[in-house]
Amino acid sequence: MPATEDHWLDEEAGPVVRPYALTRGRTRPTGEVLDLIALVTAVRGIEVDRVSLDPEHLALLSMCRLPASVADLAADLDLPLGVVQILLADLRSLKLIAVHHPTPPAQLPDMQILREVADGLRRL
Amino acid sequence: MASAGSDQASGPPEIPVTIKLLVAGGFGAGKTTLVGSVSEIRPLRTEEALSEPGVGVDILDGVERKTTTTVALDFGRITIRQNLVIYLFGTPGQERFWFMWDELARGALGAVVLADTRRLADCFPSVDYFERRGTPFIVAVNCFNGEQRHTPDRVRDALDLDPHVPVLLCDARDRQSSKMVFVALVEHVMTMAR
Repeated sequence: MPATEDHWLDEEAGPVVRPYALTRGRTRPTGEVLDLIALVTAVRGIEVDRVSLDPEHLALLSMCRLPASVADLAADLDLPLGVVQILLADLRSLKLIAVHHPTPPAQLPDMQILREVADGLRRL
Repeated sequence: MASAGSDQASGPPEIPVTIKLLVAGGFGAGKTTLVGSVSEIRPLRTEEALSEPGVGVDILDGVERKTTTTVALDFGRITIRQNLVIYLFGTPGQERFWFMWDELARGALGAVVLADTRRLADCFPSVDYFERRGTPFIVAVNCFNGEQRHTPDRVRDALDLDPHVPVLLCDARDRQSSKMVFVALVEHVMTMAR
């Protein structure tokens, strides 16, 4: 839990290590950029080489045992979205996570689901 | 091959349906308030690497400089039922954050453009953007302190909206009022899809 460690610096000071240091300077993920609401799930039953991965990779893996959205993971880990997208792309290329792309809206208007959404919102 | 249903993991968990809705509008129009009224809101940090040179920047040393800019997006989640989740994203209002918009708008079901009638022109860029992109949107006029300066029709005229775009009044601080904004958006999407 790197975000909750004691610091004598407050948040105003900004990160001591610039976020992209976590990605070794990479600012673009390998492969396709993951959508904010793509769901990521750790692939089960695979031996993870914990030594070759960064703590943030491992944190992400443990956070997506159940399907989790990219946006949720970034907010939970309190890391910038772009950084999390790169780290997840690493895990994807190592085949440690499965990515479920959201249904494009062009195919979505499944009226049943939209009606359910409208009704659900009304009931909030 | 007994079953074609499984690929890598055996018995994968059921994958929820995720829906993305956007809240756009000028700076200070009440986007954060609107998202916060209907969902548990969390900041989502983005830190984008921008390659300079920007417009009108002198490069004195000949080295390409990289800078980063941090934007906090409003990010809310509403669980409709176990496997149906709505994600709300407040788009950053200032134009210098436009680089975020394409990523946010990709795959979005629809958008609410929140208008502040004291500064109606501030939502022109959002209206333009969603019109160009073909993203279904509605305009919600945030009546601060119950103050209603313009009728929906006047707002529609001022924004030169197509007749089919719904315009409604809301109070972004009020949960009931705010959730009806999103209901109206989803109903608009349904109408458009027919």
